[in-house]
Formats: sequence, C-alpha cells, structure tokens
Amino acid sequence: MEFFLVTLLNSLSYGLLLFMLSSGLTLIFSMMGVLNFAHASFYMLGAYFAYQTGLHAGFWPALFLSPLLVGALGALTERFGLRTVHKFGHVAELLFTFGLAYVIEEIVHLIWGRAPVDYRIPAGLDFTLFTLYTTQYPAYRGFMMLVSVGMLAALYLGLTRTRIGLVIQASLTHPDMVEALGHNVPRVFMLVFAGGAALAGLAGVIGGNAFITEPGMAAAVGSIVFVVVVFGGMGSLTGAFIASLIIGALQTFSVALDYSMLDLLSKIGISVSPQSAWRGLWSITISQTAPVMPYLLMVLMLIVRPRGLMGTRES
Amino acid sequence: MNALASRRIIFWAAALLFFALLPLVFSQGFALSMLSQMGIAIIFALSYNMLLGQTGLLSFGHAVYFGLGAFFCAHALNLVGAGKFWFPVTLMPLVGGFAGMFFGLVLGFVTTRRAGTPFAMISLGIAEMVAASALMFTGFFGGEGGIATDRTVGGKILGISYGPQIQVYYLIAGWCLLSIIGMFAITQTPLGRMANAVRDNPERAKFIGYNPTRVRWLMMTLAGFFAGVGGGLAAINYEIVTAETLGVMASGNVVLMAFIGGIGHFWGPIIGAVLVTLLQSALSNYTQAWLLYFGLFFLVIIMFSPGGIANLVTLHKPVWQARRFKRLVPAYSLSGAAGLVMLLAFFALIEMIYHFEAREAASKAFSFFGVMLDPAQTTFWIGTLVMFAAGMAMFYATTRVVKRAWNELTAELQIKGAV
Repeated sequence: MEFFLVTLLNSLSYGLLLFMLSSGLTLIFSMMGVLNFAHASFYMLGAYFAYQTGLHAGFWPALFLSPLLVGALGALTERFGLRTVHKFGHVAELLFTFGLAYVIEEIVHLIWGRAPVDYRIPAGLDFTLFTLYTTQYPAYRGFMMLVSVGMLAALYLGLTRTRIGLVIQASLTHPDMVEALGHNVPRVFMLVFAGGAALAGLAGVIGGNAFITEPGMAAAVGSIVFVVVVFGGMGSLTGAFIASLIIGALQTFSVALDYSMLDLLSKIGISVSPQSAWRGLWSITISQTAPVMPYLLMVLMLIVRPRGLMGTRES
Repeated sequence: MNALASRRIIFWAAALLFFALLPLVFSQGFALSMLSQMGIAIIFALSYNMLLGQTGLLSFGHAVYFGLGAFFCAHALNLVGAGKFWFPVTLMPLVGGFAGMFFGLVLGFVTTRRAGTPFAMISLGIAEMVAASALMFTGFFGGEGGIATDRTVGGKILGISYGPQIQVYYLIAGWCLLSIIGMFAITQTPLGRMANAVRDNPERAKFIGYNPTRVRWLMMTLAGFFAGVGGGLAAINYEIVTAETLGVMASGNVVLMAFIGGIGHFWGPIIGAVLVTLLQSALSNYTQAWLLYFGLFFLVIIMFSPGGIANLVTLHKPVWQARRFKRLVPAYSLSGAAGLVMLLAFFALIEMIYHFEAREAASKAFSFFGVMLDPAQTTFWIGTLVMFAAGMAMFYATTRVVKRAWNELTAELQIKGAV
C-alpha cells in the first residue's frame, strides 16, 4: 500500500509535468498544424536558463525569468523561422523545427558542455512535506504539483474566460473569419507559439532540478511527449491531459516493479529450465521493459483507435 | 530501341565505369573507406527518398530497417562462419534486404495507416520502441557492445575473399549501382506513379480506384528492402553492428542527407549522401562544433532552398544550356566573397566560444586557418564581431546584385522562350 501510494504521487507529479509540455505542443499543433520538434528543446533551455539565472539571482527569480526568456525565443522562432518556411508547406515546417532541435542541442553543448550541470532544488524547498507510512515525501514534489496545477488552472481560465483566449479558440477553427473580424491572426499564432514555448520552459525550470539537467534531456522527454499527444488524440487538450497522467503512471510504475514473467510462471507452478531458449525472454523484468512501454501503448492505440483517445480528426 | 532507352543504357554504363575507376584515383585507405561509406549512404538516402520524396511520407525512423538489415546480415555471416549453412558473402546484402523488407511489411502495416504529421510521429515512436528493445534483447542485439562479425567467412571464391578494403569497395559499388537502377526503375512503374499521386492528392488517388494506404504500405516495404541492403553492406563493411545503427540519431541523419540533397529529384539524395558523408568525416577532424555547423547548414537549406542542392542545380540548367552562365559569374563571385568573409568570421566566433569554454587548457589561444586567435583577449572578440557584421552587411547588399542579375537573365530567357 505504501509503495502504491508513493508511486501514485510520483506518477501524478510526473504526469502533470508531461501535461505542461504536451499542452503547449497540442495548442501549437491544433492552431498552426505544425508539430514542433523543438518543443522539448525549449524545455531543456528552460532548465539551463534557470540554472544560469539561479547562479546569480537564486531560484525564485529564475522561476519567472526563465519561462519569459524561453517564450521570447519561441516568439522569435515563429516570427523569423516558421513564418519564412510556412510557404513551403508542412513538411518544411516540421523539418525546420527538427533542425532547430538539432541546433539547440549543439548550442547547449557549446555553452554548458556535455556533462550534466549542477542545477539543484532550492534549499527553501528541500525538506520533507509529510511522512507516508515510512516514506518521507519531499516538499519539492508537492511544489511541482502545485505549479503544474496552478498553471493548468491559469491556462484553462485564460483560454475560456478572457478575450484573447476566445480569439485563440476562434482562430483554432476559423482563422479566416477571425482575420475578417479585424484580428491579427499571425500575431495570435506568434503568441500561441511563444506561450507554448514558455510553458515548456516552465516545465524545464521545475523539472530540470527534480530530474537531471543535461544535453540529452530534450531527446529523452521529446519522444514521450509525442507519444502523449498521439495517444491522447492530436489537437485535444483533454486527451493530452488524460494521456499525460496515464503515460506518467505507466512509466513510473513500470520502472518501480521488478518482477518478470519467470516470477509469475513460478507462482503458478511452472518452472522454466535454465537451458530453455526462451528463458532470456521470460526473465526480462517489468522495469526493464519500462522504456518500451509508452511506445507499445501508442502502437496498440493506433491499431485499435487511430485517432487517439479524444482526437477529432484523422490527420 | 528508341533514343531514350539507348541514352539510359549509355548513362548506366558510364556510371558503372565511373564506379569502377574511382579507386584508381582515390587509392589511399582513408579515401577508399570513405567511398565505401558513401556508397552505403547513397543506398540508404535513396531508399529514404522513396518514402519522403516519392510517397510524401516523412519518416523519422528509417534507420530501423537499415539497422535491422545490418543485424540480420551480421548474424547470417556469423552462422556461415560457424558452419551452420553456406551462403556466398557477395549475396549477403540480400539477407539484410529481406530482413528490412519483412520489418517494413510488419511495421509499415501500423505506420502507413496514417499519412502526414501523424505518420511522422508514429515513425518516431516506432523508432524509439525498436531502439529501446535493442538494449533489452541483448542476445540478438549484443547490448552496448553490439554484434561483431567477420566478412571473410566465405573463404576465397574466384580470388575474392573480402579481406582487403578494395574488394569490399567493389562489392558496395556493385550493390549501390544495382540499387540505384532498381529504385529508379520503381519510379517508372505504375506503382511509382501511384505513389506520386498518393503524395500529391490521396483523395483523388482513391477516386480512380487505388487504395492510398496500400500504396504507402507497398512503398514502405520496398523502401525497407533497399534500406536493409544498405544495412547489410554496412555490416560487411564495418564488421560490427551496434544498437546505434538503428537509433533515432541515425534516422535523423538520413533525413538531413535526403533533404540537403533535394527530395524533389531522384538524384538529389545521392548529392546529399556524398556531401554529408564528406562533411562528416572532413569537418569532424578539424572542429568540435561540426554538428552545429551541420545543423545550421540544414536550417539554411530549409529556409532558403527547400528543394535542396538538386533544385539549385536544375534552376541553372536552362541558363547553362542557353550559354548565359557567364552573365551570372560577376554577381556570384561578388556575393561569394562577401559570404566567405561572413562565414569565416562566424566560424571564428563559434570556435572562440568553444575554446573559451574549454576550461582544462592552460592557454586558450588556437590557430584558425593559420591565424592565432586568443579568446581570452577582448580585442579578438571585437575584431571578429566587427568582421562578422561587415561580412553580413556586404552579403545582404550583394544578394540584391545577384537577384537583379538573375531577374534580368530570366526575363531575357523568357523572351527567347528558353524557360
């Protein structure tokens, strides 16, 4: 029970972090039809910026400054990069973001080196929040959840209750009509892209020190976020939310479980001889399969329901 | 025999002669292994373009078929070595090819149900899945160390043992030529044409009675075959296959190759494969930042010439045929000189940042094309920055000259009816 509750809490904080990334990706995709390959790179930049500003100004200013910086970079990317290649079609846009991810990783190598940087949890949050049975639950995990939920609420309210939110929603489905009503749709695009990048940056600020800040972090999380978006259904925020929590739980639980088929077989009284050719396959533990799980789930989903959990369109 | 067919035969014969004579010019060990690498890259990039250029499928997981082909080929070689069965090494790439084809068939069934952006994401997911499984099933994939093999297991047949690199080069060149002909032939078949139709307008392809999903699936299977042939050759060439061969980085690399060369032309990826292989082995000797330059080069191609290098070449074809190319030379050389100044200053800047960050060195000064640069001194930074700004300003100014020369020439050619 203790194991279950603690892992559940961990998976919740990880799932919420995934949603911070996938929500921006989904918004950008449904508005511009562009799958942003560099999205996870913005997450990485958020972490590195927070580390750098944290060195001079501490964690709390970094929490605000870093997402703003990443958001500004996102705006520049949209204005001077994506808008230039837009006329060449979606493939060029996609490849542009792909190349950008490549370049950002190299720039990170250039400035911060290849080794992980020492981006730490702030001392003010480095205490035990509560003790569950015998496990001490770190306060920073609670803080991560708080930030994620706060951002989620702000995003929801911003999209449904404000004027600009309504314009964004309208531009999702009827960009021409919105433009005819006198709104600057390209600027709305830029805003959404910047907002999505800033969200990714914020996720980087709070995720970078909880996990690890290194040049490979973008590639590690990037494909998981894609799985989330495909699994939840392209362009659906609700779907992305549910998928984030499911994938988060799947990854966290499967890493923690150290059982194999061999254990199960021996429970029900079947023993596999060590000479058996299939023994290697049976002795793979669940934790060993953890990296494959999300992708397997995605493939299964695509076979059963190609448009994803809550997706409305096929492509 | 009509004129087109005889022209083609002459062309392929010339290509054969070219491949056969290349090692006479580049006979050193380094050049020969690079040529072998290029041959493999050409097959891989062309098979990738069967998906992206011809069927409109942007795949981020094409190295899966290449890598699996390589693994199967390596295991087949090892089985021959252990005396389990006999199979000539010369035909060994076929083992890789059929392995790639099989996985193209199986995985393609899942991936090709969608096109466009979802296909790109799914192919990436599959690539991640296979890469992660490769580290899980250590028996087949050899874990971190990979699978080592021996290409000389077949013994000497007609004096060919595949021990010396030159023999491996001819093996690769032969398979490369066969694959190029095969893939070119596919573009001429009804299937190749339908793939173009599915790329351009799947709905209308459906209306004339073809199933777009099936066309995509077939093309995926065939592309898997040729990628597997390339993988098999890689196993023979390097005599080791690691999990990196089917990793996401390798898949990304082939996207870059095909796109830099130009996906709109059959020949584009060949240019890309040759250029990228050359850059990778040449640049990585001189600078640590070569991946950055490479990525920026890719971005520049996407932003300013999305048709790749092949497109730039075809743009100049009418000019060349009308014998007007010398009209462009002054503008091009002016702009080229300005661009060179800008590029050199930019490279110097990046290299200075790299050397500044390298903390372990006592002196940070380094030689840049014979000029000593010291990133510890401010004057060098200011000097390079000024040079970069000046180069950029000049380059922008000269692009206007180029544009004007180009527009005048186009107008003139249009009057003549050459364009």
